[in-house]
Amino acid sequence: MIKVRIPTPLRPLTKGQGEVEIVGASIDELINQLDSAHPGLKGRLCDEKGELRRFVNIYVNEEDIRFLQGKDTTLKDGDEVSIVPAIAGGR
Amino acid sequence: MAKMKALVCRECGKEYPTTAIHVCELCFGPLEVKYNYDEIKKTISRKKIEAGPHSMWRYHDLLPVEGAVDHAIIGPHAGFTPMVRTKNLGAYLGLDELYIKNDTVNHPTLSFKDRVVSVALTRARELGFDTVACASTGNLANSVAAHAAAAGMQCYVFIPGDLEAAKVLGNLIYRPNVVEVEGNYDDVNRLCSEIAGEHRWAFVNINIRPYYAEGSKTLAFETVEQLGWRAPDQAVIPMASGSLLTKIKKGLHEMQALGLVDNVRTKINGAQAEGCSPIATAYKEGRDFFRPVKPKTIAKSLAIGNPADGYYALKATAETGGAMDMVSDEEVVEGIKLLAQTEGIFAETAGGVTIGVLQKLVKQGHIKKTDVTVAYITGNGLKTQEAVVDAVGRPVRIQPSLVNFQQTFKMGKHGQGDA
Repeated sequence: MIKVRIPTPLRPLTKGQGEVEIVGASIDELINQLDSAHPGLKGRLCDEKGELRRFVNIYVNEEDIRFLQGKDTTLKDGDEVSIVPAIAGGR
Repeated sequence: MAKMKALVCRECGKEYPTTAIHVCELCFGPLEVKYNYDEIKKTISRKKIEAGPHSMWRYHDLLPVEGAVDHAIIGPHAGFTPMVRTKNLGAYLGLDELYIKNDTVNHPTLSFKDRVVSVALTRARELGFDTVACASTGNLANSVAAHAAAAGMQCYVFIPGDLEAAKVLGNLIYRPNVVEVEGNYDDVNRLCSEIAGEHRWAFVNINIRPYYAEGSKTLAFETVEQLGWRAPDQAVIPMASGSLLTKIKKGLHEMQALGLVDNVRTKINGAQAEGCSPIATAYKEGRDFFRPVKPKTIAKSLAIGNPADGYYALKATAETGGAMDMVSDEEVVEGIKLLAQTEGIFAETAGGVTIGVLQKLVKQGHIKKTDVTVAYITGNGLKTQEAVVDAVGRPVRIQPSLVNFQQTFKMGKHGQGDA
């Protein structure tokens, strides 16, 4: 199982849960699985072409997936995934 | 009627009430304050501004707080820092009219962050918060800690583990909870985004960000007023998250829209350090999106590898015909020294980045001799002494004796050799 931390704006779709457990061998697959369990989630994370939205950041075990293999980043049992809005910060 | 209408998503336009939220729940786009400009226009004027307090709060009408009374403001002395018309540096660079907007002497913590924090904490208290927090590379934490102390608010500041000593001490002295995170700023920022989801705190650069970021506009307002109600031809601005740059542009254009200045044609230029230049690199490669980087530079206050406003900073520069560039750590140090030795202003590393890039843009012909140019110096050199300590030499050590002094400086007895 993969632990996924859900940011506040998406919690209405997860019945308020800040963390959900899901299976998935890659980020891409994880997003599809999340969408099956919590319909509508994919539409929030991805645009019409299925690409991650500009202001969505995803981390696997604290590493930004853009430093890994993006949506193809593979996942294994026990990994922790965080979905974090990109808009934050400023020194 | 209230001057704030709503928060609006910059991406999809969805509107929200003016509460402590910062992200569009539909598309994750950033939320921005939407003002009632028609109302503001009825009362704002140059005369009214000039009669206002000697601080950034003279632009109260264009800042996202509700209370009009002075005692509700946290940080009433922030801003209205000197606009220095350079003589030596301008001449050295071959510019007729070069100004330094000198936020090294901002009140109370010596960086431009006092502007944004003053707005953020004032707004946070209006929204009913008693605890404030931030993720910071140092200057922001210093300012949040100082303002929280003065306002009697609880405070948590989160900083990366490798900050300059003065920036760490500059938190501790105000006795907030200082949390040093093992990681870089981007790690701190991600952690704080997660903490912000769990605790009802005012995180100034997360859930209060739409208000906080507006404070940077006051740099643009002051620029126009201090130049005698003119907008500059060129602005050179350091970039970390890119927020400051986008807000300076916004401030200039707000003033034009409200009839306070005509003819805003300011080219908005961005400066980064080579060791962390995701935005400037995207500009150079002609992309409208940036790739995040792992920062490695002495300009720690600009070391954001995943800049939240990178996309909008690129847009602002492109729309105004500006440019971006980057400088090496050596050039940062040279920039700090050049500003200090020509104008007597000791800037922190971000200032070295700005001066270094200013030089490059002049050399490239992007900034021309007759352009009215403003370089934004956002923080104080006493906070980043580590960066220059090996580059400034040592004092000359002598005995307390006149002879020893004169010998050391190879002077004759009666001042011969003085010339």
